[in-house]
Amino acid sequence: MQRIGVFVCWCGSNIAGTVDVKAVAQALKLEPGVVFSTDYQYMCSQAGQNMIIDAVKEHNLTGIVVCSCSPRMHEATFRKTAAAAGLNPYMVEIANIREQCSWVHKEMPIGTEKAIILGKAAVAKVNLNTPLTPGESPVTKRALVIGGGIAGIQTALDIADAGFPVDIVETKPTIGGKMAQLDKTFPTLDCAACILTPKMVDVAQHDKIRIFSYSEVTEVKGFVGNFDVTIKKKARFVDETKCTGCGDCVDKCPMKKNPNEFNMGMDNRSAIYIPFAQAVPKVATIDAGACTMLKKGKCGLCSKVCGAGAIDYTQKDQFIEEKYGAIVVATGFNPISMDKFDEYAYSQSKDVITSLEFERLTNAAGPTQGKLLRPSDGKHPHKIVFVQCVGSRCASCAEKGKEYCSKICCMYTAKHAMLTRDKYPDTEVYVFYIDVRTPGKNFDEFYRRAVEEYGVNYIKGMVGKITPEGDVLKVQASDLISNKQLHIDADLVVLAAAIEPDKSARPLATMLTASMDTNDFFTEAHPKLRPVESPTAGVFLSGACQGPKDIPETVSQAGAAASKVIGLLCKDKLTGNPCVASSNEMMCNGCSSCERVCPYGAITYTDKEFRMPDRTTQVRRVASVNPAVCQGCGCCTVACPSGAMDLRGFANNQIMAEVDAICK
Amino acid sequence: MKFSYFPGCTLKNKAKDLDMYARKSAEALGVCLEEIENWQCCGGVFTTSRDEVATKLSSVRALKDAGSKGQGLVSVCSACHNVIKQTNHAMQTDKEFADKVNRYMAEDTDYNGETAVYHYLEMLRDVVGYDALKEKVTNPLKGKKIAAYYGCLLLRPGTVMGMDDPENPTIMEDFIKAIGATPVVYANRNECCGGYIAMESPELAKKRSNAIVDNAKAQGADMIITACPLCKYNLIKNGADIPVVYFTELLAEALGIKEEVNE
Repeated sequence: MQRIGVFVCWCGSNIAGTVDVKAVAQALKLEPGVVFSTDYQYMCSQAGQNMIIDAVKEHNLTGIVVCSCSPRMHEATFRKTAAAAGLNPYMVEIANIREQCSWVHKEMPIGTEKAIILGKAAVAKVNLNTPLTPGESPVTKRALVIGGGIAGIQTALDIADAGFPVDIVETKPTIGGKMAQLDKTFPTLDCAACILTPKMVDVAQHDKIRIFSYSEVTEVKGFVGNFDVTIKKKARFVDETKCTGCGDCVDKCPMKKNPNEFNMGMDNRSAIYIPFAQAVPKVATIDAGACTMLKKGKCGLCSKVCGAGAIDYTQKDQFIEEKYGAIVVATGFNPISMDKFDEYAYSQSKDVITSLEFERLTNAAGPTQGKLLRPSDGKHPHKIVFVQCVGSRCASCAEKGKEYCSKICCMYTAKHAMLTRDKYPDTEVYVFYIDVRTPGKNFDEFYRRAVEEYGVNYIKGMVGKITPEGDVLKVQASDLISNKQLHIDADLVVLAAAIEPDKSARPLATMLTASMDTNDFFTEAHPKLRPVESPTAGVFLSGACQGPKDIPETVSQAGAAASKVIGLLCKDKLTGNPCVASSNEMMCNGCSSCERVCPYGAITYTDKEFRMPDRTTQVRRVASVNPAVCQGCGCCTVACPSGAMDLRGFANNQIMAEVDAICK
Repeated sequence: MKFSYFPGCTLKNKAKDLDMYARKSAEALGVCLEEIENWQCCGGVFTTSRDEVATKLSSVRALKDAGSKGQGLVSVCSACHNVIKQTNHAMQTDKEFADKVNRYMAEDTDYNGETAVYHYLEMLRDVVGYDALKEKVTNPLKGKKIAAYYGCLLLRPGTVMGMDDPENPTIMEDFIKAIGATPVVYANRNECCGGYIAMESPELAKKRSNAIVDNAKAQGADMIITACPLCKYNLIKNGADIPVVYFTELLAEALGIKEEVNE
């Protein structure tokens, strides 16, 4: 029989306001096994914890029930307290009488009754608790960063600078991401390439960093400290070790009419290409869908002109397997498609463009060498309308756009408007907005400058329709402040498209068993206190994959993710979770039900010899659980038809005892 | 598949072709449209005076009649459909209004918006299915560049009509694809043709109608289709120089039964 101590916390008035804590302590004193019961204002305080330690010693307690807040909050605290008192930490149970009781009930009698029931359930469970000892697993001292934009670059550099090897996997032929496509960066207006490309070079030259460009993660197995990852290096038909990036092949390639992704399709590139001059790695890639040699076996010009002999038309996709201790997700974002917003005539006119296209139009390395010219006729636009929140904050049209604010658009639109007025003072610029949201260091000052110094016309209201007519775009909009309908004949319209997570994020989350929200942004372990960790141990988040972010914020989060990774990789061993499944081999009938439902691949079947009562031996197929891989989710215990599978710390008989205590 | 059918006054007079092509095409697609007996004018416009009950009674009667047979109610005229759908929505959501109507009608059973209301296009898309329609097309209208003209009433108010996104619809474009032609997307496809303002200010209606036709032409359309008799009237009256026809006519043509209807 256990000797159980019950400790009821007031949590100031958080619990005591709705729960009669003294009555709870009194009632639980009568439960089987309980030898001591008390209440205190703050159980988690040093004094409260000392009270528990003293009681354990004084009453020879073997089990502890703390009636307090959610176990997510303080289970770890009280387990440490138990250990300090010489108890096994897994002899502690928490009855959540705050989040699941006092905070959701208003009346004292109801709150008290429920708190007593929850306490009884915890007592019933702790009566059946057994001491558990966690196992240990080694840590592979290497990190994987998925995504090579500014988030991935910064995380990789910070981890590598701490001395740990890092691999970056980037799906595009070069690292750099969205930031490489930008012209200037707010609020200081320094050129994006000038601050990004040195970092790209640092990555390329760092002896601890390997770049897998034009590659994808295809499989992730294992667990924190011990991930087994398969990386697909897509065939680029160019030997990376030989290519010098001279560009002769690009010049000679006859297939020049392929939309240039880097310039948002506003000009063309050849079938063999280097995305941009500062690409890292600066290696050519053949677009297999466009190359006549690969499609029809005719041409071969690039191979002929390549002095380094780097072209290899027979190259195949290559699969690389590598072990990692930690994984950082930095898959970034994309602007949403404008298909569902054709009231802005994006598909009907070339002169309706997105903001990212505008970045390319104003970038010196862009399709117009930085001159702001209309895509339709190459003329200089004299009247430009910017439309903000296209697809953002779309509460009434969630099936079209996104309910959330994309966060970066107000600032980059102010930047576009300001730069346009600065370079081309003869241009009239209008910005339509729902609200202007510019919190951030020097952000609002920046926006005010656009309005006050640069004379940008900010109009509160949305554009209803854009009609291309001749060579103008008829913009119909409402001015909500003066309550007027506006008709503007614009030469160019720029849509601030909402941003969404990259499409690769969802399948990646499945591979990593990392959770996502309904918008496919990765969920953090705690929205305030653990913002760069995913709830899945060993998986960290960097940049816009977790939510819309501008560059300063992305870089700080990237550094934070790196510090978490470094903290993990510094350890030689990791303590596991002892609350894992285990199979009673005598009861297992080898049906494989558990193996099929296990989301972590922790269960395997082996043939084992068993000694029978008649002294013969029999070989039977039985399940066994890898405790290092098992996450303790409990799926297998439910699926097992013979009751052989059980979860330590949450055994079937413990759960039933709790249910019985509640229903009694 | 059997539906109750509400043709509406205009379809018995000026817009006979909209009606005939609709019925014959439905037949060819294996849908039985059963005309409601003794139907009356839908009321013309869903008035904004919410306490006005009388103009909505004919819609309620038609809805109730269809409901009593366990059938959905199909209409094809944009204006009729708009009134019927909005009335049905009011019967579902506005208890005060529904009580008033039911008390006024004083029938044995009350009606609270139970009948499903379909526009003919919705019936094609959601009941027949555009893929099934495609298979039944014997005379695909290949090479025809067709501009769908929605007007205001077919899709708005968006949350009540629930047919398509009123600002960026696709139901008619998808229909055009299903009958083998090429849809032309143009900005003014859901702008107002001028509607009844044609009576008071013909010049304004002309301006509105011309903006629609010009925009469609500029995007390369060689024909405009619509579901609304008033829209068709305004566009043609104001000098459309490309054909403006009902979508049901093209449907019949694609199904190879146009001649049959005209005989």
